[in-house]
Amino acid sequence: MKLEEYRGVWTLGEQRDGRIHTVSYELLAWGRSLADKLGVELATVILGHNLADQVQELIYRGADKVYVVDHPALAHFSVDPYARVLTALVREYRPEIFIASATTTGRTIMPVLAAKLRTGLTADCTGLDVDVESRQLLQTRPAIGGNVMATIITPNHRPAMATVRPKSRRPLPRDASRKGEIIFKRFDEKMFESRTRRLGFIRDETAESPVQDADVVVAGGKGLKDGRNFDMLFELAELLGGAVGASRMAVDMGWIPYSHQIGLSGKTVTPRLYLAIGISGAVQHLAGMSSSEVIVAINKDPDANIFKVSDFGIIGDLFEIVPLLIKRLREIKGKEGEGK
Amino acid sequence: MEGAFGPPPDRRDVGRMMRLAVLVKQVPATDKVKIDPETGTMLRTEMEAVINPLDLYAVEEAVRLKERLSGEAEITVISMGPAMAIEAVKDAISMGCDRGYLLSDRRLAGSDTLATAYALSQAIRKLGPFDLIFAGERTTDGETGQVGPAVATLLDIPVLTYVSKIEEIGDGRIVVHRAIEGGHEVVESPLPALLCVVKEINEPRLPTLSGKIKARETEVPVLTADDIEADESMIGLKGSPTRVVKIFYPKITREGEIIRGDDPEGAVDRLIEFLRERGII
Repeated sequence: MKLEEYRGVWTLGEQRDGRIHTVSYELLAWGRSLADKLGVELATVILGHNLADQVQELIYRGADKVYVVDHPALAHFSVDPYARVLTALVREYRPEIFIASATTTGRTIMPVLAAKLRTGLTADCTGLDVDVESRQLLQTRPAIGGNVMATIITPNHRPAMATVRPKSRRPLPRDASRKGEIIFKRFDEKMFESRTRRLGFIRDETAESPVQDADVVVAGGKGLKDGRNFDMLFELAELLGGAVGASRMAVDMGWIPYSHQIGLSGKTVTPRLYLAIGISGAVQHLAGMSSSEVIVAINKDPDANIFKVSDFGIIGDLFEIVPLLIKRLREIKGKEGEGK
Repeated sequence: MEGAFGPPPDRRDVGRMMRLAVLVKQVPATDKVKIDPETGTMLRTEMEAVINPLDLYAVEEAVRLKERLSGEAEITVISMGPAMAIEAVKDAISMGCDRGYLLSDRRLAGSDTLATAYALSQAIRKLGPFDLIFAGERTTDGETGQVGPAVATLLDIPVLTYVSKIEEIGDGRIVVHRAIEGGHEVVESPLPALLCVVKEINEPRLPTLSGKIKARETEVPVLTADDIEADESMIGLKGSPTRVVKIFYPKITREGEIIRGDDPEGAVDRLIEFLRERGII
């Protein structure tokens, strides 16, 4: 494999029910910094049906090029046609880097694609950078149960492939003056055949936890000592207009459902405020929240890891502090209410 | 949750034994793991290990399927790892699998997800054919979830990820639910296929005493790279496209204001002030 024949950064765009999903724009924010550093083009490839009127948005959000494959068989994610089409596109255009979001789609198609192309893939990166001289993609992720971070490269194969967590980066601001090229690719019908068939979809709104879209996340961990104590976190979250998250420990103890779990094996969040209560801050947890705008921690252990990533921390007893905080916030709310 | 005693699946034409395989991995039991500073890979020899907790759901689902087929199935457990990983295979046998194999060879050490998937796919070719292969969603050590889809790709069979329910099986086909964003997708696939199952699919059983005795008495053959006719350029470090180049403890990213809560009232007042400064309240 001649590495120098591979140039450019690609992101995998994603659509759901025919609408471009925001993870596509988050990926462009990741891809833009890599492409600029390497001095190459940033392209998005997006597969779906009836997307033509939306793809310009990908340019406004940072893409230089958009490859669109539009076909009814691509309306919903299906491994066979997606893998065939993406393999063909990679072989034709040879990007050096190809990144996708770690959604169920990304986490399914990327290992399939990497196995077909016999190249390296790194899952759930929390950091992506490039070494300009060697043009290697530096893929950083929590490793070995989340105790440490590892930086991984794909030295001799291309494209270097990686996934990043949804919400791990904010999309770039929309810039409607950006210019780019949109290329509609056509393929032989055979390419769209699939061994599997989608028979239906059972919508379940509860499958989506509000925690991922919340501006404020109030998260609890082992320090809460009992599932019932999550009640005060829900109260606090309501006062702050947010949602409740939890560490893996709290979920494993059965204190709160998995949909609230923040971290490597749960959700990634980037709220304006992340309030960590009784959470020690294992690397695996930090991987899911360290990009939050403001981090506040309450923990009685002065050596807790969480304080190292906090903008504000209180070393103390959460059972004293949280009720006081709730009381003070209620007073403030009450005054605001009177003022209106 | 529908369990072992749920309604039997549609099993028209399942006249012969179904051949099921389950892929399992042994993972560190504790968070205290040692790393080889030279290669950046885990030192697997000095630690306590267990069967990957998420693989238990794959084992359980295979055993339930066998029960629902009135026993007309046989389940083969396949693992890859050091000699001690035989315990993970035995754990699966104690839950109701029939036999197991461990793929273990110095030359496999340092395999990344692609090299691992290749070795497992070779073992499956050797031990198969199988109608259905079960895998967990991911391991709790590597947390990549890449091996299952890669194995299916190398075997050129369909992969169904995030499987939360087997709706029906028979006539050489399977219908499953996939737990994806916003709900459950119902998908039909021909057999053979590989399923990566999620936690919500079942509640894994504890091994019975007789299961444990059976596991103790069952011999688990060890397969080498030669036994599976592996291409040496595709296994171990040599066959791994990815390389760990650095292992480090995450650096301190924020220099925040940390105060003592000895005076809780004062601490909360300061916190409220801070949240106001940042425009949050």
